[in-house]
Amino acid sequence: MRFSIYRFNPETDSKPYMQDYELDIAPEGKMLLDAILLIKEQDETLSVRRSCREGVCGSDGMNINGRNGLACVTPLASLKQPIELRPLSGLPVIRDLVVDMSQFLEHYRSVKPYLINNDPEPEIERLQSPEDRAKLDGLYECILCACCTTSCPSFWWNPDKFVGPAGLLQAYRFIADSRDQAVNERLDNLEDPYRLFRCHSIMNCVDVCPKELNPTQAIGKIKAMLVKRTV
Amino acid sequence: MVNRVVSGAHYGLKDWLAQRVTAVVMALYTLFMVGYLLLQPTLDFAAWQGLFRSLPVRLASLLFVVSLLLHAWVGMRDIFMDYVHPTLIRLALHVAVILALVAYAAWAVQILWSGL
Repeated sequence: MRFSIYRFNPETDSKPYMQDYELDIAPEGKMLLDAILLIKEQDETLSVRRSCREGVCGSDGMNINGRNGLACVTPLASLKQPIELRPLSGLPVIRDLVVDMSQFLEHYRSVKPYLINNDPEPEIERLQSPEDRAKLDGLYECILCACCTTSCPSFWWNPDKFVGPAGLLQAYRFIADSRDQAVNERLDNLEDPYRLFRCHSIMNCVDVCPKELNPTQAIGKIKAMLVKRTV
Repeated sequence: MVNRVVSGAHYGLKDWLAQRVTAVVMALYTLFMVGYLLLQPTLDFAAWQGLFRSLPVRLASLLFVVSLLLHAWVGMRDIFMDYVHPTLIRLALHVAVILALVAYAAWAVQILWSGL
């Protein structure tokens, strides 16, 4: 199989280039990550992040034939050759397919992704009805792989100000949590033309999410809650 | 001035909402206009002038124009916020668009009420 992979080593290269690789591999039943690891055996200088190799850790997000996804859950047989691999767009490249996630995680941090509850800690867990718990489905599953945020044009144009689909999905995950007591502060934190309203419902995030989550819908619900408390 | 990313302007909701409401107003007006044009047996200057002689039609047209301008304002501001990052240039563009839209509003009133 033929591959064309983005290479950039800031210590030796003045600018990035695409390098071609040939790999003798039967694609049936194999994932893209398997091929990348075999290529890395051929050429040890190729840098890539991976950990769990089953779509849980979110380390190997990359641009695969023009579309963001996780290499470990992308079937090799589904890809057109030459398979073009690039780092996630919109984030600084550290080396080859490895990007600097600081900006992405900074936005995640800014939405306070933890339960805020000032009641004294109960003896057992903070209980939730099954109905309230169900409201977190489709939100808590996010693995922060950054595939959505780095495919969002609004994030490309304003990476320092727009929270991005992943951050906003997580913001709504805590807004929707019946045990959280800081809904108003959370909405205050998001009511901003840049932080929230740069989303123009382009829906690239929904298109690429490897966990099949729907950030656009979560963003719509945040907007609906803002309308509800204002109007 | 310290150079830090500041964000948290606590506005944006009304603009977003206005964009949606004005879109509905424009859609309704467009439906009315298309319906009128389709159902009108003889479409000549006299009929057209007769239509706009009615005050409700004139007010609806004004409402349409105001919606269009508000909608255009939110849309243009979005484009500038997305693509024009130097603050001074963005501010200048915002002011230019606002002035142009206000002028258009006055022009529209003049057109709608000139045939009296």
